Amino acid sequence: MWSLIRQRLTTPIATEPLEELFSHVATEEPDPLLVQWKQNIRRGPFYGSLHIRHVDTGSCNACEWELTALLNPIYDAQRLGIDFVASPRHADVLVVTGGVTRNLAQALELTYEATPAPKAVLAIGACACGTGLLGQTYAQRGTALDSGIPILVTVAGCPPSPPEILRGLLNIMTILNGGAATHGHATTAI
Amino acid sequence: MTLMTCGPQAISTLCQSYASQGFRLQTMMATDERRIHGHYVLRYAFVHDATGHSVVLETAVPHDSPHYTAVTPALPAANWYEREALDLLGLFPDGHPEPFPLMLHGDLAANANPYPLRKEVDRAVSLPSVSRSLSVEAVPDGEFEVPVGPIHAGVIEPGHFRFHVRGEDVQSLDVTLFYTHRGLEKGAEGLTFAEGLAVAEQTCGVCSASHGAAFAQAVEAICDAHIPERAMWIRLLVLELERLYNHIGDVGNICAGIGFSFGVMQAGILKEKLQRHNARLTGHRFLRNMMAIGGVARDVPSDLAAHTGHVVQETMSAFSGLVNVLLSNEIVCDRFRQTGILALDVVRQYGVVGPAARASGYLADARLTQPSGAYSDKEVQTLLHVPTFPDGDVMARVLQRIEESSVSATLIGLAVAKLRSLPKADGDSSLVTPMVTPAPYEWALGVTESPRGENVHFVMTGPNGTIDRLRIRSASYANWPAVAKAVPGNIIADFPLINKSFELCYACCDR
Ligand code: SF4
Repeated sequence: MWSLIRQRLTTPIATEPLEELFSHVATEEPDPLLVQWKQNIRRGPFYGSLHIRHVDTGSCNACEWELTALLNPIYDAQRLGIDFVASPRHADVLVVTGGVTRNLAQALELTYEATPAPKAVLAIGACACGTGLLGQTYAQRGTALDSGIPILVTVAGCPPSPPEILRGLLNIMTILNGGAATHGHATTAI
Repeated sequence: MTLMTCGPQAISTLCQSYASQGFRLQTMMATDERRIHGHYVLRYAFVHDATGHSVVLETAVPHDSPHYTAVTPALPAANWYEREALDLLGLFPDGHPEPFPLMLHGDLAANANPYPLRKEVDRAVSLPSVSRSLSVEAVPDGEFEVPVGPIHAGVIEPGHFRFHVRGEDVQSLDVTLFYTHRGLEKGAEGLTFAEGLAVAEQTCGVCSASHGAAFAQAVEAICDAHIPERAMWIRLLVLELERLYNHIGDVGNICAGIGFSFGVMQAGILKEKLQRHNARLTGHRFLRNMMAIGGVARDVPSDLAAHTGHVVQETMSAFSGLVNVLLSNEIVCDRFRQTGILALDVVRQYGVVGPAARASGYLADARLTQPSGAYSDKEVQTLLHVPTFPDGDVMARVLQRIEESSVSATLIGLAVAKLRSLPKADGDSSLVTPMVTPAPYEWALGVTESPRGENVHFVMTGPNGTIDRLRIRSASYANWPAVAKAVPGNIIADFPLINKSFELCYACCDR
C-alpha cells in the first residue's frame, strides 16, 4: 500500500500541453484549431463534453490502440471532456475504424441507429477512409464512406497518431457547436 | 522438415500418429492447385516443441468430389482449420463434429458457394449481406444466457460472446469470431512479395513486425536467400522491441480488468514512451515498414542503437518499480490468483502457443524450436532463458510477461552492442540480399515468435515473383479456442480480466 502511495506521489505529471502535442501536426501558426477551441471553450453544448462510442468495422487493431492511447496520462483526452462511453445510447460521436467488413456492416448500421441525435461520425484511418491497402474484397466494402452513414470528419493515416485523432475530435466538437471545420476533411454535416 | 504424402482418407490416421508422438499442429494450409495438378491440396504442419523437428503431411483432395476424412475428431486443434477450408474452398471434412460456417457469417445457401478462395472466383465477388437478429435459445431452469458484443463497451475489437450463467458462475462460453474477416489472403494473391509484405504487416496492428518478418522469412526460404548479418540483428532488435512494448502495455491493460487504474496509467506512460521511441527508430509507432524481403528497409545507426539501449534500460527500471507495487498489492494478487486457469491438457489438446502456453507450464517458443536469423546465434540462445510458470492462472500469465520483458531487454542490449560493433551499413541497399525470382508454385513456411506466440506464414509463389497463396496463422488463431476453456468455473465479472490476461487479437485471427 505504502509503495503504491509513494509511487503515486513521486510520479511527475506526464500530461503534455495541447500546444506541445499539436506542434508536430499543425501546419499553420498560430494553430487555428487551438485558437478556436480556446475562444469557445465555454460556449455551446459540446465544448468540454463529447462522448464517443468506438465502432470497429474491421480494423487491424492499430487504430484501436491509438484511440486507447488517448486515455493514457500523456494525451489525457478526458481533460478536454472527451471520453469513451459503453453504449451508443450515451454517445454524441461514433468513431469508426476499419474498412467495413461484410460481417460487421449490419452492426455499424444498428449502432448508428441506436445513437441519439444530434450525432456525428468520425472515420479514422486509411481503411475507414477508403484508401486502405486492399480496398474491396469478397469480405469487405473497403470504406466507411459509402456505408450509407454520413461521415462528418475523416482523419487519414495508417494509423493516424493520437494527436491527429484528438484534432479530429476537437474539430467535431467545433462543428457540432456550429463552427467551421479547421482540421481533417469535413464532409456533409448531419 | 519432413514431407509426407497420403490419400485424403488416410490423412486423419497419419496426423493422429504424429500427434501421439508429441507433435503439435502448427497450421493447416488448404490450397486450390487444380490448374497445376488438377486437385486441391491440404497440408498439415506439425512441430515437435522439445526437439524442433517439423513435418508437413500433405494430401490431395479430388476436384470432382472434394471430400477428405476430418482430422478434428482425433485432434481438436484441427477444428477451425478444417471449417475454414470448407468455408473458403468448399473442401468437406467428412466426420467433422461441427461442420458449420466459421468465417463467413449469415445464411449462405449450402455453405459459401461461390467459395471465395477458389481460383476462378473474383477477389471482390459479392456474397449476400449478413443480417442477424438476437436469438436466445432455451436454457435449463435457473440458468441465464448473457449475450455480449460484437460492439463492446470498451475500445476493443468485435467478437460475440454467449455466457451461460447460473447466478454469477459461468457454466459455459461460446465465442463467435471472424467479424473482422477482411479477405486479406485472397487480397494478397497476385501481388508482388513487397506488396504482400505490407499486407502481412497489416494483419495485426500490434504484431506488425513479427508478421512482416514471418512473411519475409517464408519468401527467403523459397529463394534460399540468407539475409545480411547487420539486417539480422536489426530484425531481432525490432522484434524484441515489439515484444517489450506489448508485454509492458499488456501488464497495464490486465490491471484494467480489475479496475486498477493506477496500473493502467503507469504502464500507459511506459508503453507510450516505447512507442515514441519506435517511431524514432523505424518511423512508425507500431514498427511497420522496417522489414524487407531479404533484409531490412533501413539501417539503425550506432547512435540511435545506443539511444535505444538507454530508453529500454530506463523503461525497465521504471517497470520493475511498477511491478513491485503491483505484486505487493493484496487486492491485485487476490484477483489474479486462481482466476481463469488454463489446464495443461487443454494447452496440449488445442495446440496453445506463446505466453499463454508457457504460463501453463508448456514450453513452446519459436525462438527456441525454429530459430531464424540472429536467433540462431549461439550468444542469443544462451541468453534466451524463456521462463515457464506452472499455475496457468491470470497471475501466471502476468508473471510470464514480466519475466519475458527482462529477457527481451537483455536481447535488445545484445543487439545494440552488435549493431555498434558491426561495420556500418553502406547505404540501405546493403541491408538487403538481392534475390532471383523464384519458380512458380514453390512454397515454404515462415515462423516467428510474436508477443502473443508463434506466427506461421505459408507462402506459395505464382508466376513472375507474385504470390499464389498466402495463409497466415497468427498466435491468436491458435489460442482463441482455449480462452473459452479457461472461463467456465469463474464468475462472469472476471471475464474481462481473463480475456485481457490472454490479450488476444481479433484482427489477425480473422484476417
Ligand atoms: S488504417 Fe492502418 S492502422 Fe488503421 S485499421 Fe487500417 S491498416 Fe490498421
